[in-house]
Amino acid sequence: MLEIRNLHVKLQEEDKVILRGVDLTVGAGEVHAIMGPNGSGKSTLSYVLAGRDGYEVTEGSARLEGKDLLDMEPEERAAAGLFLAFQYPVEIPGVGNMTFLRTAVNAQRKARGEAELSAGDFLKVVREKARTLKIDAEMLKRPVNVGFSGGEKKRNEILQMAMLEPRMCILDETDSGLDVDAMKLVADGVNALRSDGRSFLVITHYQRLLDHIRPDVVHIMAAGRIIRTGGPELALEVENNGYADILSEVG
Amino acid sequence: MALPKAKEDALAARLAALPALSGKGWLAAARAEALARLQAMGLPARRDEYWRYTDPASLNAPEPLPAKRFDVTDEAAPFDGMDRLKIVFVDGVFDAAASDDLALAGVSIERLATAEEKDIHWAQGIYGVLEARGQTPVARPLAALNSAFATDGVLIHATGRASKPVSLIYVHNSETSDAILHHCIKLDPGAELTLLENGPAAARFSKVMEVDIADGASFHHIRLQGRDHERRAVTHLFARLGAKSDLRSFTLTANGRLTRNEAVVELTGDEGRAHLAGATVGDGGFHHDDTVFITHAAVACESRQVFKKVLMNGATGVFQGKILVKPGAQKTDGYQISQSLLLDEDSQFLAKPELEIYADDVKCSHGSTSGAIDETALFYLQSRGVPRRQAQALLVLAFLAEAIEEIADEAIAEDIRARLERWLARHGSKG
Ligand SMILES: Nc1ncnc2c1ncn2[C@@H]1O[C@H](COP(=O)(O)OP(=O)(O)OP(=O)(O)O)[C@@H](O)[C@H]1O
Ligand SMILES: [Mg+2]
Repeated sequence: MLEIRNLHVKLQEEDKVILRGVDLTVGAGEVHAIMGPNGSGKSTLSYVLAGRDGYEVTEGSARLEGKDLLDMEPEERAAAGLFLAFQYPVEIPGVGNMTFLRTAVNAQRKARGEAELSAGDFLKVVREKARTLKIDAEMLKRPVNVGFSGGEKKRNEILQMAMLEPRMCILDETDSGLDVDAMKLVADGVNALRSDGRSFLVITHYQRLLDHIRPDVVHIMAAGRIIRTGGPELALEVENNGYADILSEVG
Repeated sequence: MALPKAKEDALAARLAALPALSGKGWLAAARAEALARLQAMGLPARRDEYWRYTDPASLNAPEPLPAKRFDVTDEAAPFDGMDRLKIVFVDGVFDAAASDDLALAGVSIERLATAEEKDIHWAQGIYGVLEARGQTPVARPLAALNSAFATDGVLIHATGRASKPVSLIYVHNSETSDAILHHCIKLDPGAELTLLENGPAAARFSKVMEVDIADGASFHHIRLQGRDHERRAVTHLFARLGAKSDLRSFTLTANGRLTRNEAVVELTGDEGRAHLAGATVGDGGFHHDDTVFITHAAVACESRQVFKKVLMNGATGVFQGKILVKPGAQKTDGYQISQSLLLDEDSQFLAKPELEIYADDVKCSHGSTSGAIDETALFYLQSRGVPRRQAQALLVLAFLAEAIEEIADEAIAEDIRARLERWLARHGSKG
């Protein structure tokens, strides 16, 4: 599904190198988790994959189902099946959440040569999915993320993911700032989408989320590299001992 | 006081190119007075404070600069399909064949040319009168020139509730047309009228509209200044509002080489309400100037100015807006916002918002901002699959929303949003 090879990334405007050779392969239907200290480059990796401006790839490649992601516009990556749930979802005053969702869904359908959803069909699907995420109708009418609480913003990200049905989902700290019940909702939302043809890359600091979303593989990222890869037990190790041991092992 | 030499010469050149004053009866007198005002003021010059941001040269010149007509074929004409009374002017000349019968329940409509045949006319109290009142404290010579030399126009008297909107349609035909139109509108107490205006107008277009809104009357004005790229226009709206009366005016401007829209509004009766709004989109050689002057001369009146401009590829936007609260105009509620969204660094927005307040119990606010598109929001939308151009359009429409919300008629507002969406799909910043 997702194949990242020796990815090196620096900031465009400065000489600051953030990713120093990331290698990562996520197979179809797999769930991978990335953990790692603050500032290690996890969000940067997700932004670079999604196509945000301001970064420069100096070496390496990233492919989604064989297609060169780095060559595409952000919207093309989305149409190809990539989705990023932002660590900090963006507020867009003046654009209604519903309009936003419908525009996004129809833009992707159009890019794939599918017919647009009718307003009625769309509404039905949104309402249904919003209900399972406990997002009320009033929130759908408000401008995108404006005045949403931290937890509401994160649930809104999952709603978008559920509507867009991407094949490669990257969740950047979607669990941060969520209360226990909301975390469960988000995890259920993710689990409901799990399927053979859909993969997840879950960035998190906490074992808690991984109790609900059982990852197949756990990676530890530090200083712009994946320094260890293992099974779910690796997350437990981090939870119990922090990163000190792992970091010193690697040197 | 004698005019400076340069102004005298400019005026002499312009007057030489204009026909001798015409008009009969009451109108002849009004025109003569207007000419006297013009001669005392001279034509505007770049050095005048009020024209610091907009060069009036092409509006002053004896001959208009030629402007190719632009035939719109990719969308329906504005207000198409709406039940309305149509009055058509081609290059500023009334076109009887293309117009509807000037008969409408609740309203009487006459051409200026017919009205001047009469010895006395209600328009005597308005024609050139509101314009003259609007000449202080700031001179508006091009409005006086219009009053003196207007060649056509309509006089609309609403005595009750107009049974449908009156729609003025300006058609541009000749590449060198120089139209001078003057309309007077009078609303009796409690009367209601919606006036629609649209069209590219002429190569050079000057229009004055004087509106007298009596107590409890309500006047809605929606104007779409067409997609003609090369035309130049100067328009003036002079409105006087009585107690508990209501004025709402919205203007959409897309394209046009030069546009100066002045609005001069006087709230003379208690609890009057005036809302003026404009949405402007400009690409390239585009200069758009909104100049607004609102006077609060009565108690508990409300005024709103909401002007938004989207500028790209070197377009220029200007806003000069003033709220004057006279002594005794307590409980005034004045709001003014002018904002521009600059899609590149070549475009510019020049704003001069002003408040002048001589009463103590008032609530007035004004704000002016100029900013770029929010790149983070743009990326967020793109990451959801929305193509950049469309994402940009969504953000631009969100930016314009506050102005469009001033349109009371939701169907018209929706049509205007759709027109803007299409315009935004056709235009993009190259910067
Ligand atoms: N646009 C930017 N400008 C300046 N520095 C940046 C920028 N983007 C990332 N960085 C820096 O790069 C490093 C990696 O940041 P990144 O956000 O990817 O870390 P992270 O692993 O997601 O951290 P966290 O766990 O705190 O979310 C940090 O030192 C950060 O300050
Ligand atoms: Mg991060």
